[in-house]
Amino acid sequence: MNHSTLVLLLCSSLVPLAADTPSVLAIRNARLVTVSGPVIPKGTVVVRDGLIEAAGASVSPPADAWVIEGEGLTVYPGLIDALSTLGIPAAQASGGPRTTITAAPVPPLSIIATATPAPTMPTDTGPNNRSWTRAADLIQPGDRRLASARNAGFTTAVTFPSGGIIAGEGAVINLAGANAAKMVVASPSGLYHSIGGRGGFGGSFPGSLMGVIAYIRQTYLDADHYREAHELYRRNPRGTRRPEYDRALQGVVDSRRILLPASTAVEIARMLRFAAELNRSPILYEAHEAYRAADQLRQAGTPVLVSLRWPERQRDADPEQLDSLRTLELREKAPSTPAALAKAGVRFALYSGGAERPADTIRAVKRAIDAGLKPEDALRALTLSAAEIYSVADRLGSIEPGKIANLIVTDGDLFQERTRVKHIVIDGVKHEPVAEVSAEERTPIP
Amino acid sequence: MKLVWTTLLVAGLVAAAPPVVIQNAKILTVTKGKLDGDILIRDGKIAEVGAKITPPAGARVIDAGGQYVMPGIIDCHSHIAADAINEGSVSVSSMVGIEDVIDPEDISIYRALAGGVTSANVLHGSANAIGGKCSVLKMRWGKDARGIVFEGAKPGIKFALGENPKRRGNPSGGNNPFGGGAVNARYPATRMGVEDVIRDAFNEAKLYQAAGREYRAKADRGEKVIPPRRDLKLEPLVEVMEGKRLVHAHCYRADEILMLLRVAEDYGFRIKTLQHVLEGYKVAKEIAAHGAGASTFSDWWAYKIEAYDAIPYNAAIMVRKGVLVSLNSDSAELMRHLNTEAAKTMRYGGLTEDEALALVTINPARQLDVDGRVGSIEVGKDADLAIYDKHPLSNYAKVQKVLIDGEVYFERDRDASERAERDKRKTTLLETERKRQQEQKKSGPPRRPA
Repeated sequence: MNHSTLVLLLCSSLVPLAADTPSVLAIRNARLVTVSGPVIPKGTVVVRDGLIEAAGASVSPPADAWVIEGEGLTVYPGLIDALSTLGIPAAQASGGPRTTITAAPVPPLSIIATATPAPTMPTDTGPNNRSWTRAADLIQPGDRRLASARNAGFTTAVTFPSGGIIAGEGAVINLAGANAAKMVVASPSGLYHSIGGRGGFGGSFPGSLMGVIAYIRQTYLDADHYREAHELYRRNPRGTRRPEYDRALQGVVDSRRILLPASTAVEIARMLRFAAELNRSPILYEAHEAYRAADQLRQAGTPVLVSLRWPERQRDADPEQLDSLRTLELREKAPSTPAALAKAGVRFALYSGGAERPADTIRAVKRAIDAGLKPEDALRALTLSAAEIYSVADRLGSIEPGKIANLIVTDGDLFQERTRVKHIVIDGVKHEPVAEVSAEERTPIP
Repeated sequence: MKLVWTTLLVAGLVAAAPPVVIQNAKILTVTKGKLDGDILIRDGKIAEVGAKITPPAGARVIDAGGQYVMPGIIDCHSHIAADAINEGSVSVSSMVGIEDVIDPEDISIYRALAGGVTSANVLHGSANAIGGKCSVLKMRWGKDARGIVFEGAKPGIKFALGENPKRRGNPSGGNNPFGGGAVNARYPATRMGVEDVIRDAFNEAKLYQAAGREYRAKADRGEKVIPPRRDLKLEPLVEVMEGKRLVHAHCYRADEILMLLRVAEDYGFRIKTLQHVLEGYKVAKEIAAHGAGASTFSDWWAYKIEAYDAIPYNAAIMVRKGVLVSLNSDSAELMRHLNTEAAKTMRYGGLTEDEALALVTINPARQLDVDGRVGSIEVGKDADLAIYDKHPLSNYAKVQKVLIDGEVYFERDRDASERAERDKRKTTLLETERKRQQEQKKSGPPRRPA
């Protein structure tokens, strides 16, 4: 009995779910799109104990491997959804139960009652800085959206808590696993900031875009002050008054990477300036009008996450209502953003933006390709570039020995609508596509 | 190093811009009378004004053809070019500022240009007693958010008195901008309360100012002290007390105007402008004595209870009592014909042509502390000019060209000639979108209703 068999036995006794999954897998004679290197027209990938052991034209399956015949099939690295809430069902998104202030009973009509009106906001969405919240702690392997994302070829997602303005730290997770702990690949991955009205800031400060920006600015000033005070204390604890611990400011101090929303060219310029003011290197997300700001982004060296939910005329829009030329141009040109970013040399990744169905995501990528994005750049943006942006390219994003065995096997070119994902390998475990879940069970992105 | 190079390059480009000569114009300087002649512009500044100027080599010549040139209009109260106006959740929102949300692509900028406006004071709204910070912008259509800021203009802040900050008729406190109905009631609910909020905020700011001074004194003595937490709400108020930030206060009634002047005097600062100030004519002497400017409407009245006592003579009476008066728009539409608003003060109150024009040029420039740069046609000032086909105080006058820093930003002819092309582009885009949506309907599987 060799060592690896012993490990396998031990594992299988500990994790019954994995018992019928072989620890060694080989996909033979398939087309290998490695992303990091040239396409191998006919080759074999060997997966052992969750990692890619070998990949190449001259590789042959080892004797202990389960072999999948790959004739006529293509193997890609698993896709990465670069910004999502996958694995965090809506109820958990805010990092804990939300306090609900039920409406106070209606007081009898009197002068006193009208002078002190009851709170009219039905819910308190909690503090706006939840930097201590970690997506890694909120993962629910039972999130039904995972299967749907896998069907589209996603094996990995960078997932974030939502709620408040500073929502918390994201995590890179694999989209299957026996439990949450096994799904987390890297954490923390970036502090998610939300600026728009989606969070429902309620009646409290801040209630406007100006207010949100001022709130974030004050929070970062407070975090700097907090850090300075604690450093000073650490150097001279004797004779110095002890500063308080604050988990919200500590989270901001600790964060290495911040995500800021910016869709239009004006917003991109605004957020680049703001991040510089905060002295942080940001990742900008949404970026639909980044085709107008590609040079600016390259100069700033800022990575961009482009939402694949291209702006569309609302289906129930008033037919009499004519949109402005600017709006029409944005809707026409938004899918040319990835091509413009690739051309300018901006590092970018794509994210599904909570698309309703996997086919929608692929169709959205197709539109970017039609607008000039090279298919290999599209693939890179869905794999290695996303891994690079989140500093996990040493373990994810391409088919290379030593990397995590996240693979998808398709019956054709990934970006053709008719192409089907046949097998999905996550952490070396093979999964099959399953029937779709309904749209009602999905939750929107934060 | 890279930055230095860029700066040099930009400076070089500006210097390299050819001089401009506007010839054959009826020049309304506002501060130095009228003359028929030419204006020479070098490096964006007015270099010479005279009866006959020989264009230097390489100069761009604009033949005004006997039309009128006046200083670009300055609107002392506007809410264009910003993605947010009110932070209405709190009664003191001095931590927020328009500069953070400037939208340089707001079409209102271009339309303001078409009305001869070259600068505008973009203010926070009037939802709270102490509102947000303001930005003075130049209507440099096509430049980015930084490029349209009036560089060097003194920062300002909005205050508001009366019905808006106390939210009369809105017991639930107004609507939540993000939906979900009315928001929590908010103090204050009366004019007394408005005064209290302002005083309270400045008391707090004084403590903050003192804490900062104490810290600096200790640090100077070499003591190891943690600096006080920076407070973005109180910093602008300290700047107000130190004379570094101008207060533009929305107000209507004589009693609240006097209240604010007294509060400011108690805390040792001046109100720079009273905005709207429809009952200003009742307390014009007191306003002049305080040294506040007044920025009012020509003849708006009765649109709310506190505007019932408005009279169209307001501007003229205040001018005669020695108040520095301007007329503002507070509206992206009215902004486009402030010249005719100014003309009304000749009918109601008998101001002279120059006095009327001053209400929308040099006076608002003084109220914004930018009169060293703009507001009149004088050598050394920015070449911010509007060319009208008729006298700008006439109803029939139309803006033909507008220059800012000597650069042409609006041309009526070019605008007219570009319209057909824009319309065509729009039709094409609508058509492609319609086709794409039809194809999607055909190719895609049936969608579930959302």
